[in-house]
Amino acid sequence: MPELIAKSALEGQTVTLGTVTLAEVDVGPITSIAVFPGGAKAVAKGLKVLGLAMPEPNGFAEKKGARIVWMGRDQAFLTGVAALALEGAAVTDQSDGWTVLAVTGTGAVDALARLVPLDLRLLVFPVGRAVRTQANHMNVVILRSGDYAFEIMVFRSMARTAWHEIDTAMQMLAARAGTKF
Amino acid sequence: MRLTCPLCGERDRREFYYYGAEDFLRRPEAEAPLADWDNYLHLRDNPAGVTRDLWYHEAGCSQWLLVTRNTVTHEISGVELVAERKA
Repeated sequence: MPELIAKSALEGQTVTLGTVTLAEVDVGPITSIAVFPGGAKAVAKGLKVLGLAMPEPNGFAEKKGARIVWMGRDQAFLTGVAALALEGAAVTDQSDGWTVLAVTGTGAVDALARLVPLDLRLLVFPVGRAVRTQANHMNVVILRSGDYAFEIMVFRSMARTAWHEIDTAMQMLAARAGTKF
Repeated sequence: MRLTCPLCGERDRREFYYYGAEDFLRRPEAEAPLADWDNYLHLRDNPAGVTRDLWYHEAGCSQWLLVTRNTVTHEISGVELVAERKA
């Protein structure tokens, strides 16, 4: 089979309004690791190669460009590195099923507060947290990647809707602050 | 209304989907008498007080939850994972 050119859903677009920047980011390959009952030990051993372990609920961890994100009971997504063969788990490629948006800037938390039914302030949602929740009616995974930075994973089929929702929230926020645009 | 998911923590009602009474966890054997099946499928209590029912955390961890709550006081006294409950 010929080598096909992978295209992202939003072609890496970026927009900045006031204190918030929204951008599509490329996190590299995304691999689902779903641990079989009794497979935890084998998976832990396999992940050690990358210096990672299965994450605690609502958390993610990073090591040398590889990131592992909690996605549910006995399930995690490995991103940024090629899929690895693991004993004790179902390992599936999810790379083209997801779109990742970065929301950054001092106003990022206020923009997301308009969409997400969770308190995302730094005090209660520190760096290293990853939660599955909703943005309006869309299922999303929200990662706190920095003090003023979030990464939002959405199903690729919802990429444009997610972009539109967040962009609208940013416009409302900027309008409130009196930003001219 | 907020439910404290054992995995995700305290979450808003809108993240959950209500299924019904915990009776759905006690499926009769295939050979069970018709009365048992009738009971399983159709007969439900409507208690004023403590009740246990099933909720699905559809916008979170995708787990089935067994919620103990009080229909009079609206107190939620317990939320456990169906997958990890002791039968």
